[in-house]
Amino acid sequence: MLFIEQCLNGLQFGLLLFLLAAGLTLVFGIMDLVNLAHGSLYMVGAYLAATFSALTGSFLLGAVLALLGTLVVGMAVEVIAMRRLYGRDHLDHVLATFGLILFFDELVRLIWGPAGLSLPLPAWLNTSIQLMPGVYYSAYKFSIIVVALAVAALLYLVVMRTRLGMLIRAGASNREMVGALGVNIKLLFTLVFGLGAALAGLAGLMQAPILTVQIGMGESILILAFVVTVIGGIGSIRGAFVAALLVGFIDTLGRAYFPSILREVLGGQAASTAAPALSSMLIYILMAGILIAKPQGLFAANAK
Amino acid sequence: MSASVTPRSVVIVAMLLGLALLPLYVSITGDRFLLTLFTRIVIIAMAAVSLNLILGYGGMMSFGHAAYLGVGGYAVAILAFEGIQSGFIQWPVALAVSALFALVVGALSLRTRGVYFIMITMAFAQMAYYLASGMARYGSDDGLGLDKRSQFGGLLNMSNKTTFYYVCFVLLCASIFLIWRLTNSRFGMVLRGIRSNETRMRALGFPTYRYKLAGFVIAGVMCGLAGALIANHTEFVSPAMMFWTRSGDLIVMVVLGGMGTLFGPVFGALALLFLEQFLPTLISAVVAPFDPADAVKAGEYWQIVLGPLLLLVVLFARGGIDGLLKMLDAKVRRD
Amino acid sequence: MRKSMLVAGTILALAAGQVAEPAMAQNKTVKIGFVSTFSGPVASIGNDMRNAFELALDHMGRKMGGLPVEVIYEDDTLKPEVGKQKSEKLVESDKVDFVAGFIWSNVVYASYKPIVDAKTFLIIANAGETRLAGENCSPFIFSTAWTNDQNPIAVADYMNKKGIKSVYLIGPNYAAGKENLGGFKGAFKGKVLGEDYTTWPSQLDFSAELAKAKAAKPDAVYMFYPGAAGVQFLNQYAQNGLKGAIPLYTTFSIDSLSLPRQKDAAVGVISALQWTADFKNPTNQKFVKDFEAKFKSEPSFYGAQSYDAANLIASAVAAVKGNLSDKAAVQKALEKADFKSVRGNFKFGTNHYPTQNFYMQTVVKEGDNYTQKTTATAEENVVNPHAKQCSMK
Repeated sequence: MLFIEQCLNGLQFGLLLFLLAAGLTLVFGIMDLVNLAHGSLYMVGAYLAATFSALTGSFLLGAVLALLGTLVVGMAVEVIAMRRLYGRDHLDHVLATFGLILFFDELVRLIWGPAGLSLPLPAWLNTSIQLMPGVYYSAYKFSIIVVALAVAALLYLVVMRTRLGMLIRAGASNREMVGALGVNIKLLFTLVFGLGAALAGLAGLMQAPILTVQIGMGESILILAFVVTVIGGIGSIRGAFVAALLVGFIDTLGRAYFPSILREVLGGQAASTAAPALSSMLIYILMAGILIAKPQGLFAANAK
Repeated sequence: MSASVTPRSVVIVAMLLGLALLPLYVSITGDRFLLTLFTRIVIIAMAAVSLNLILGYGGMMSFGHAAYLGVGGYAVAILAFEGIQSGFIQWPVALAVSALFALVVGALSLRTRGVYFIMITMAFAQMAYYLASGMARYGSDDGLGLDKRSQFGGLLNMSNKTTFYYVCFVLLCASIFLIWRLTNSRFGMVLRGIRSNETRMRALGFPTYRYKLAGFVIAGVMCGLAGALIANHTEFVSPAMMFWTRSGDLIVMVVLGGMGTLFGPVFGALALLFLEQFLPTLISAVVAPFDPADAVKAGEYWQIVLGPLLLLVVLFARGGIDGLLKMLDAKVRRD
Repeated sequence: MRKSMLVAGTILALAAGQVAEPAMAQNKTVKIGFVSTFSGPVASIGNDMRNAFELALDHMGRKMGGLPVEVIYEDDTLKPEVGKQKSEKLVESDKVDFVAGFIWSNVVYASYKPIVDAKTFLIIANAGETRLAGENCSPFIFSTAWTNDQNPIAVADYMNKKGIKSVYLIGPNYAAGKENLGGFKGAFKGKVLGEDYTTWPSQLDFSAELAKAKAAKPDAVYMFYPGAAGVQFLNQYAQNGLKGAIPLYTTFSIDSLSLPRQKDAAVGVISALQWTADFKNPTNQKFVKDFEAKFKSEPSFYGAQSYDAANLIASAVAAVKGNLSDKAAVQKALEKADFKSVRGNFKFGTNHYPTQNFYMQTVVKEGDNYTQKTTATAEENVVNPHAKQCSMK
């Protein structure tokens, strides 16, 4: 029973990472842009959701408004800053967006104060439900799984079945060609960046009731999202999906079972302190291992 | 290079002279903290100089360079904790361990390129970070203090602030000299060649992987030495030294100062650590006439200025501080 | 400016026809450095400490023993080495007479050496690092708080008395977390079914640990998460269906800063502190009333300890009549602790940590307000357990 619950936890975390990584990998793949500030959009989504649901008194309405808000913020960031970075060195991207992280963190502190906000759940989500005899699970976490799976499916349909998706796929494999075909590249880029931002915002606002809303919330999860993107292969949505689930399961199950395994081997206090550190290492070991075996990630989209 | 007097050469000489004469100023004014602050700046500048070798000259975007600060620092701190106080053992061990770490990381990471290289170097640094966090005997997350600085018999007294400052300063100058010799040697030419076109260099028959690996290890060792110094300076090491944002700070310094230039990283380190120290005061001073009550608090928002500043440097001042000085040089020459 | 002061000093010394030394003995101002976290997600704790410290200064007319007070606030950004650097700046550059503050055990442990080496008094207003109370104790170190293991011991004793047979422990993997849970384990007489340490401060999702705790079916869960993490933990405790099913005990995870965000998730949770805002002594009533009037929120225990720290310093400055260069006299005066504390009586043990009472409190909802109510006295006149390891007798 415990194992099933931990697997669900892993699935939920993995899907959340996918929402973040999908945006990153889209932007990576199409604009060739390394965006460290993606985590800031995740934070903005959470802050907006907390603010709007406090204003409207409705969790769902607040969430929808926040989603739109993050979309707008994302497109604004693209038009004001990111647009000037295309075609530059990756190093420039890292630096400029590192600067944006500092800016967003302080801006949020200026607007909302340092203490952070909370986003209370409506009563119907704030309980646990019985999934099968003996297995109880947080209703809210279960709804995250459902929503994230739906978004993943929708994203798959958009990318594989629509004209926008065709352009996105074409852009990921050959950018110059798409431009040469007379597509409005500027608009496409703004749209894709906004879409990525909205996905990050969705992840942020869904995570908000669990983790509460605070400054810097995007930074620790950003690195994991990057790991997912790189393991999956940059530009590949399918890769991001597989890698996200992989990382989600390894992280959660590692935390759940690694300490007791380690205690068997090492015994006592040493194991208790070493276990959380070592289980956090697992993900990075996985990534290094995969990159050593496949330097372009699992599903390289633009293997040139 | 001509020995003519240009604004850039004046600034460089003034900076080196200022750093060399700092202890004199401190002994006159009695502000010993200035010495503590500048010792830190000099050490971090050394780490930035080492990163510049691979980032600036070699085009290798390592996002895990802070790990070597930690490796070198932990080598010293752990030996001290286990009762080995002699610097003649501590420092060579720190260098050797950094070299080994750089060799392993480099050998594996250099198989990838681009964003993958950025991420895999970061992954290794994060592994080092979590490994240090897991060492219960050596303080885990809380870090490990040093009871004594490295002992060099009667030769050098590291606990004397002025002596220690000069040790760091001399080592910084030595690193800059080494980089200068390296980059003007055949090795340096090949490294720069690889940065601009690796395929061509390989076609010319250079074993590029081995050249890159050699550069990577040299940079790692140099940064490991900076790590040994910083452990002696703060008498404290902690996993936080290796966190990915610290590697980001080092990259910021190199780019802010000017990539692939001899003194750029030193400018960058000076500028960034100076901003960190004095920007809050500056903001408070600017805000004070308008809103005296909240002036001090306004200073705490200094990063809201630093962030866009970085963006602007990237967008409009690609060459960093060194680049600006060179522009100034060119202007003077034209006039 | 420095030069002009130097010149002025020389003229003064010449005029008096003697060296500057005796003139220096009488301080013109009292300089205090205050190190805490003023940025990042836990800045609210640092701000609360600063607000309380400022309020204490206001209450004494911003003068100590007749001398004006200058306070320099420094942000440790929650990093040990930054705290150390700021402490060095305070003693070497600003040449302060006292350094006060410190929220975090790991920060104060990295920072205390330069302060003590410069023979400057360190008044810890929160961080409960046990080594500074024990083997690393110093004549220059005082605390107006506790050590990390004290409050958990009080909780464990209380649970023993209530006949609770088994417990599951969850806490963060850093000095205070290990000392906190360690203190609890040492005093708890029942069975510890499991203990989990999580990565600090980055891990904020506790679902894996909570699932294990639930599956272990303990009589109670004991946890320790200061600051924002305490909010996350309580929310998730409810969402994962443990709230109402397994009673929760804690220390330092619920305070007036986090309660407005914990709300219903915190109701009924039991903890132990040496102070809560509902204390009836006049000093405390004035403190709470003025704090609420000025800052529009109830003070936290962090603030209360900082308020005490300011008054402790003031009492010592007054006792030595501003002659702060006589370190031995200042130390003696601090040891007397001759001031009115918000927790009622206040006295130091031999290791300069308070000998004090601990009280149990629980969170209740009053109208729209959530507050901590004292329910019982857990232990009286507890001597700090690390005094034995301290060489000062």
